[in-house]
Amino acid sequence: MFSNFDWDVIIRSLPYLFFDGMRFTCTLTVLATTGGIVLGTFLALMRLSGIAPLSILAGSYVDLMRSMPLVLVIFWFYFLVPYIGQWMTDASQPIRVGPFWSSLITFMMFEAAYFCEIVRAGIQSIPRGQSNAAMALGLTRAQSLGYIILPQAFRNMIPVLLTQTIILFQDTSLVYVLSITDFLGAASKVAQRDGRLVEMYLFAAAVYFVISFSASQLVRMLQQRLAVVR
Amino acid sequence: MPVGGLRSFTAVSATADNMNYHWNWSIFFELSPDGVHTYLQTLFIGTWWTLATALSAWVIALVLGSLVGVIRTLPHAGLVRLSNAYVELFRNIPLLVQMFLWYFVLPELVPKPIGMWLKQMPAASFFTAMVCLGLYTSARVAEQVKAGIQSLPSGQRMAGLAVGLTLPQTYRYVLLPMAYRIILPPLTSEFLNIIKNSAVGLTIGLVELTAAARSMQEFSFQVFEAFTGAMVIYIAINVVIVGSMRYLERWLAVPGYVGLGQPAAMH
Repeated sequence: MFSNFDWDVIIRSLPYLFFDGMRFTCTLTVLATTGGIVLGTFLALMRLSGIAPLSILAGSYVDLMRSMPLVLVIFWFYFLVPYIGQWMTDASQPIRVGPFWSSLITFMMFEAAYFCEIVRAGIQSIPRGQSNAAMALGLTRAQSLGYIILPQAFRNMIPVLLTQTIILFQDTSLVYVLSITDFLGAASKVAQRDGRLVEMYLFAAAVYFVISFSASQLVRMLQQRLAVVR
Repeated sequence: MPVGGLRSFTAVSATADNMNYHWNWSIFFELSPDGVHTYLQTLFIGTWWTLATALSAWVIALVLGSLVGVIRTLPHAGLVRLSNAYVELFRNIPLLVQMFLWYFVLPELVPKPIGMWLKQMPAASFFTAMVCLGLYTSARVAEQVKAGIQSLPSGQRMAGLAVGLTLPQTYRYVLLPMAYRIILPPLTSEFLNIIKNSAVGLTIGLVELTAAARSMQEFSFQVFEAFTGAMVIYIAINVVIVGSMRYLERWLAVPGYVGLGQPAAMH
C-alpha cells in the first residue's frame, strides 16, 4: 500500500516545516494564550464587577465570539484590523497589517472569550468567605483580588487553562484559510509543490497528534499533583 | 487543485486601497454572479448546507459517541483501552487536518476502484465533511457519555444487576436514561460546536454559510455586509437551539432529581 510513497519528501522539507512552519504555530500559540488570558481575566472581572454596563458589555462580547465559527472570526478580523488601525492612528488609509499580527489579534480576541469563561468559573469556585474575610481585614477590593482571590483561582484553573491552550494550538491550523505558512500551511505548500499530499498530510497529522497527546498527558499528571496539594 | 484556502488576495488589496469603506446594505438584494439568486438567497442556501452538514454529522456523532462512551464504562479492560484510543486519536488532531486526511489522503490509501469512486462521487465535499465532523464530534460525545454514566452513584448499576437485569438491560433502563438527562447541557454545547465547526468544510470546497459569505465578499467587495449577514444568521441559529434545548431540559427533567451533579460544560 505504501510502496510507491516518497517518504524522503518529509526529510527534505523538515527544516522548512519546523523552522518556518512550526515556529510560527508555536509563537502564535504562546502569544495568543498569554494575551487571551490577560484579556479574558479583564473580561471576567468586568462580568463579575456588578456594574451593569460593564458586565453587559463583557457578556455580549463573550456571547458574540462564542456564537461564531473561528473561520468566520478569522475573516472578520483579517478585514477589520486594517480599518481599526486606521481609526486608532488617524491615518488617511487603512493600515497594512501583516499576516502574523492579523492572526495574533484574531486569536487573542477570540480565545479571550473562552478564557473569560474559564477565569469566571475559577473565581466563582473560591468560597465567598474568602473575599468577606479580606474585606474584614481592611483590604481594598483590588488588594483582595490580587492577593487573595486570583492566586487561588488561577491555581485551580491551571489544568483547564492548559487544556484550552492545547485546543488553541490545534485551532491555529485554521490560519490556513489566509494562506499563512504555519505548520499545516508549510506542509500543504510542500504537498502541492511536490504532489505529495498523502505523505505530507499524514506526517502533519502525526506531528500534531504527538504534541497534543503528550501535552494532554502532562496536564493530566499536573492535575493529579495539584489535586493532592488541595 | 480543489483547495479553497489558496485563493488570490486581490479582493483584499482592492478594498484596502480605498480611503474609506463604502457601506451598501442593499447589496443583499442585488443579483449574485450565478445570475439566479440574490446575495441574500446565496447566504440562505449556505445556511441550508451548514444545517444539513451539521445535522447529519450530529446523527453519526450521537450514535458512535454513545457506543464508544458506553464501551468506556464496561468492565472489560481491552475494550476500554481500545475506545480510549479512539477518543484520543480524534481529539488530538486538528479538525482541519482530519478534513484533509478524509478528502485528500483516504482516496489514495484505499484500493484503486474505491478511490476513484470516492473522488468522482457527487457532493463529495458534503459527504466528506459529514463523516469527518461526525467522527470528530463522536469522540467528544463519547467523553460526555462516559462522564454522565460515571457521575451516577455506583449503587444504581449494582441495584440494576441485583434485581436480575442483564448488563445491557441495566444500561438501557437504569443508567442511560439518567446519564443522558445529566449530559444534556454539555451535549447542547457540542451541538452548537458542530454547527460552528462545519465552517471548516469550506477548506474542501463545501459552500456552507461562511463560504457563501466569503464568496459574496469576493464578488461584491462588500466585506463587512457579507460577514455581518453570516454573523447574524449564526447568532439566530444559536438563539433558536439554546432556547429549544432549555425547553427540552425542562420537559425531560425527572422530578426530585433537579440538582443531580451537573458536569461542567467546558467549551
